[in-house]
Amino acid sequence: MIDENKDNLSGEANSTKHDVGPPLWLLAELTYECPLHCPYCSNPMNMEGKELEIDTQKWLEVLSQAREMGAVQLGFSGGEPLLRKDLEVLVKHAKELGFYTNLITSGIGLTERRIANLKEAGLDHIQLSFQAANAEANDLIGNKRHSFEQKRKVAKLVKQYDYPMVLNFCITAQNIEQIDDVMDLSTELNADFVELATVQYYGWAYENRDHLLPTNSQLVLAEEYVNKFRDQQNGQGPKFIFVTPDYYETRPKACMNGWGSTFLTVTPDGTCLPCHSAKILPLEFPNVKDKSIHDIWHKDFSFNHFRGYDWMPSPCRDCDEKEKDFGGCRCQAFMLTGDMHKTDPVCDKSPDHHLITDVINKAGEEPSVALKYRVLTKDKINIKELNE
Amino acid sequence: MSNSPKLNPLYRLQFEKAQNCYVLLYPEGMVKLSDSASEVLTLVDGSTSDGDIVKALQQKFPDAADLIEADVKEFLVDALEKGWIKYDR
Ligand code: SF4
Ligand code: SF4
Repeated sequence: MIDENKDNLSGEANSTKHDVGPPLWLLAELTYECPLHCPYCSNPMNMEGKELEIDTQKWLEVLSQAREMGAVQLGFSGGEPLLRKDLEVLVKHAKELGFYTNLITSGIGLTERRIANLKEAGLDHIQLSFQAANAEANDLIGNKRHSFEQKRKVAKLVKQYDYPMVLNFCITAQNIEQIDDVMDLSTELNADFVELATVQYYGWAYENRDHLLPTNSQLVLAEEYVNKFRDQQNGQGPKFIFVTPDYYETRPKACMNGWGSTFLTVTPDGTCLPCHSAKILPLEFPNVKDKSIHDIWHKDFSFNHFRGYDWMPSPCRDCDEKEKDFGGCRCQAFMLTGDMHKTDPVCDKSPDHHLITDVINKAGEEPSVALKYRVLTKDKINIKELNE
Repeated sequence: MSNSPKLNPLYRLQFEKAQNCYVLLYPEGMVKLSDSASEVLTLVDGSTSDGDIVKALQQKFPDAADLIEADVKEFLVDALEKGWIKYDR
């Protein structure tokens, strides 16, 4: 859920390396429970259910502490954050503290009553995800029937209640050829911003990479469609943001604007991460049940580990681009090479860059393993049912 | 056509203590504002005209009075282009 929009936040935030600025962006992952089962979900492969979630009181403290440190953007996400009954209470508190509050939702369960209550509580913005631009593809990708109809209804309500609305389409090989339908739908629904985010390969998406990665020509074509559509818009209608997958780049993305520089994720059980995917790394991450956000951000080993440049191996160490991309993504380095300290293999200066080119060369071929739908660990036994 | 700009409702202008500056907040994003941008935007309320914004700032900063008009106008054009402000038609 890191998108181009946030570049403004990151681009202009001036945290110098040695003096660590505040965690301007707080992502509150309230629960891993979710009515959908998207195969590109960035949540970890192993997810606990409700049992381990921190309670309302703890979340209220987390919000207060982070705000005190200077956090200003707050995302409520998950899983599906609407499954937390205390969402309205948390939004209200956040609003009183002066956060800009974003709800990042699949829309499933967002009734008119809740939309009204959230407005009343002070929610600033709703980001609604779609899986595709028509019912059949949408419901298949999310593996839930009638979800498309529900989402359309929700989109109308969101506008009716005067929220800014961002639509998020996760673009994969499964839907990239329908990108013009996606843009038509977004226009019809009157979105303010639309993220056409080609999936990044973390969590479930990494497992399903062979199914999801578009080919280069699909990508080029999609981008052409988007540009053409934009030209015809005449400054009217939604603003489209097309995010290309880093696999087709030769430089990595600037991971979280620098590890521990801007972003703080708190997971459902209270674990704090410098990025929402970092749980996979062989580091021990702190928990809000044991420490204050201040101590976590400033003193914890894991948060300090990749700050600055001293940890870098070559070629990053001697590279004059290191202040631009911080050597890329630690999770990606770890997933692909097994060593989280290495240069992100997306970089074509990395000795491991072939790990990326090998994969893109195979894009479009028939995958050899079946698609895996996202499920909680405790529900994995039911995975067969889902596939039926 | 009225020439009193108002803030685009997609944006919220707010002073941030930790950053010691004004910021514009919008869905999942933030723009840190320079001091001069903040001086102008804090006067944008939907009823103060471009001209009155200029006058107010000239009174506040008499030493820079001659430069202010051009600067403010340029900023407002830029802010309109970026979608931060709107003019009712
Ligand atoms: S470590 Fe990677 S997955 Fe994590 S944020 Fe950085 S870029 Fe993203
Ligand atoms: S070598 Fe490292 S610092 Fe240089 S461009 Fe590549 S990833 Fe970035």
